[in-house]
Amino acid sequence: MTRKRIHLAAHFPGVNNTTVWADPRSGSQIDFASFAHLARTAERGKFDFFFLAEGLRLRELKGRIHDLDVVGRPEALTVLSALAAVTERLGLAGTVNATFNEPYELARRLSTLDHLSDGRAAWNVVTTSDAFTGENFRRGGYLDRADRYTRAAEFVRLSRELWDSWQPGAHLADKSRAQFVRPAAIGTVHHEGPHFAVEGEFTLPRSPQGHPVIIQAGDSDEGREFAAATADVIFSRHGTLEDGRAFYADVKSRLARYHREPDQLKIMPAATYALGDTEEEAAENAAAIRRQQVGPQTATAFIEQVWGRDMSAYDPDGPLPDVEPDLSEGVSQGRVPFGDRAAVAAKWRALAEEKKLTIRELVIEVTGRQTFVGTPAGVARQIDEHVQADAADGFILVPHLTPGGLDEFVDRVVPLLQERGAFRADYTGTTLREHLELS
Amino acid sequence: MTLHLAVALDGAGWHPAAWREASARPEAIFSARYWAELVAEAERGLLDFVTIEDSLSLQSTLLDGPDGRADQVRGRFDAVLLAARLAPLTSRIGLVPTATTTHTEPFHVAIGIATLDHVSGGRAGWRPQISARSTEAAHFGRRPFPRLDGSFSIDDEHVRALFAEAADAVEVVRRLWDSWEDDAEIRDLATGRFIDRDKLHYIDFAGRFFSVRGPSITPRSPQGQPVVTALAHARLPYEFAAGGADIVYVTPHSADQARAIVEEVRQLSAELRVFADLVVFLGDDAAERKARLDRLDGAELRSDAAIFTGTPEELAELLLTWRRAGIEGYRLRPGALPYDLEAITRGLTAELRGRGAFRRSYEAMTLRGLLGLPRPASRYAEVS
Repeated sequence: MTRKRIHLAAHFPGVNNTTVWADPRSGSQIDFASFAHLARTAERGKFDFFFLAEGLRLRELKGRIHDLDVVGRPEALTVLSALAAVTERLGLAGTVNATFNEPYELARRLSTLDHLSDGRAAWNVVTTSDAFTGENFRRGGYLDRADRYTRAAEFVRLSRELWDSWQPGAHLADKSRAQFVRPAAIGTVHHEGPHFAVEGEFTLPRSPQGHPVIIQAGDSDEGREFAAATADVIFSRHGTLEDGRAFYADVKSRLARYHREPDQLKIMPAATYALGDTEEEAAENAAAIRRQQVGPQTATAFIEQVWGRDMSAYDPDGPLPDVEPDLSEGVSQGRVPFGDRAAVAAKWRALAEEKKLTIRELVIEVTGRQTFVGTPAGVARQIDEHVQADAADGFILVPHLTPGGLDEFVDRVVPLLQERGAFRADYTGTTLREHLELS
Repeated sequence: MTLHLAVALDGAGWHPAAWREASARPEAIFSARYWAELVAEAERGLLDFVTIEDSLSLQSTLLDGPDGRADQVRGRFDAVLLAARLAPLTSRIGLVPTATTTHTEPFHVAIGIATLDHVSGGRAGWRPQISARSTEAAHFGRRPFPRLDGSFSIDDEHVRALFAEAADAVEVVRRLWDSWEDDAEIRDLATGRFIDRDKLHYIDFAGRFFSVRGPSITPRSPQGQPVVTALAHARLPYEFAAGGADIVYVTPHSADQARAIVEEVRQLSAELRVFADLVVFLGDDAAERKARLDRLDGAELRSDAAIFTGTPEELAELLLTWRRAGIEGYRLRPGALPYDLEAITRGLTAELRGRGAFRRSYEAMTLRGLLGLPRPASRYAEVS
């Protein structure tokens, strides 16, 4: 059996508390130099792609803009287009909402990015149904939750029709025959569906990849089915070995229904990391990063989201107070909610009592720990083992610092992955589809 | 008396047969390199900015709908993304893409142009444009538009509504650009706060066409307010430009017309900068070149703007004459690329410099700076 090749992507640090800004090395979240640094670092490390998240409304807590985490992002595709000028091989993936965009315009923007990057564009398709975000847009929060994936599926199908509507070779530029385009090579798209009615001609020739790469990040049953039917890459949350294997087996088993081969859909969980010269040092670094990620005010904000009430009177370095959660309404807007808050509160309380944790220690305990902690050799081994054990096809790495958070990984871990023969020593193709071994 | 110079980039130039010229490179139009070379040439000429044309439908000789012609340039990139692609390759010249207000989300336009301003270090502008075409509306399927026929009129109720919507879009975009004060990011370790949320503002726009809550997701950009420009040929668009733009491009065909238009615009706004658009074919054989292209295309070139054929020296005289009539700058539409662009950047600029009318080096880092526009404080900032 041949050894699986690892795929790697670099996630620009986002607007969660996992991005540490209270560190002297933390740079701008908006200057182009920060994006250029991380993208060039990823390209130096021969990564498959660079990834940008999106959020179309600033988060709120207790009716006010959340001020404890990094705030402020660019328009994703605009930055990616600029990055195409300072990179040559790296894939450029942007998250763009299918709810608050129209297919003709977005398909055209993605095709433009694919042309301008010589075949490196990818779209992470997300949908949202919340009226909170909708307040920034013409149509408001009109979409039922149940319609999210039907809209996304129709959106992608229609985009591909538009991308295919100019026949290959339609752009002739033949001066002697006076044919800029081949006559009749530009097809008319007629689409009439539940979500969209689009009729007309597209404004761009088929792009270098034909179809920009489609990424999907939802984890529900519908999300997995949509990915199996439509996506080229899944950005999953299942970074542990056991979870990852179960998810991997489930999603890959769905592909046959759509007459697709297992390797036509790459599964790339999000992953964080902490490195050290020894295992002990790595563990200490990991703990230090987590303390930076959960400052005292952030710890209070976390329990307020679960308890649904003002907890600012309680010392975050003291014990969890004996108050019941207020379940009447949520206090948080613009982020994924904590499902059953009563159950979460009970679980957190039990854990705090059992381990004698302060509020801040509790939040550190219950919120994301690093996926990989160890020496460079140890982390390289773990990543390779996850991939060879079919827990993933690779990882989307999320550094905790902007913009230098990937430097050490590229300098110290990537060469070891290359030595193991598990990761490319150099790019062999020019397009993102080629990097991802997608047909 | 100095003047400002911009060029309007589109396809292979503004003559429909320009792509068939010997020096044209129509095979490269859908590559980044093609545009990078053009904008680098414009920057070598020390021009104020380039504009990039766009629309959400295929070019056509018809008022509404595709014409099926294969003998002219068809197809365009999204202009905002193209401008962003060019930003890291240039360092001083302004980048002004067109983006329609008719079918787009003002929120997306606002963050797109703000992002262009961030990636270019303060060189972004925007040309808002309406689209009345029914065939373009059919690309979106949200609103049925009446088919435009020969009786198209700017005073039509349909068109008036599109301008009203465009005015609202510009207002929303400008409010979003101001919705973060410049010093909103504080990174205060003592309180754990990354931003001072009192310096982020809801814009709470509620209008006839859309409502937008805000604030923007994108921090205030280097220019604060990127430069808004509008093409206008009549009273209604003059009013639109006076209401929301920094620069209006007008289309006089003589110095007298230029003077009359400037007077009309001045009644609406004292601040609006008035630029004139001109289609230009330059060189000793300019008239013959244009005539040959007309023959190739099978029709004489028609344009909303005046068409100039002549030497750079003659053009310099014309620009200075109109300058005395109140025109502060020009957006030149090269008849053929790269030929007429190079005649502008090498020939025309030299003629103007010889007359003390054009810059010898870039004097500012931002587009507002080149145009002599101050950087405005956020409208939401409290004066302390």
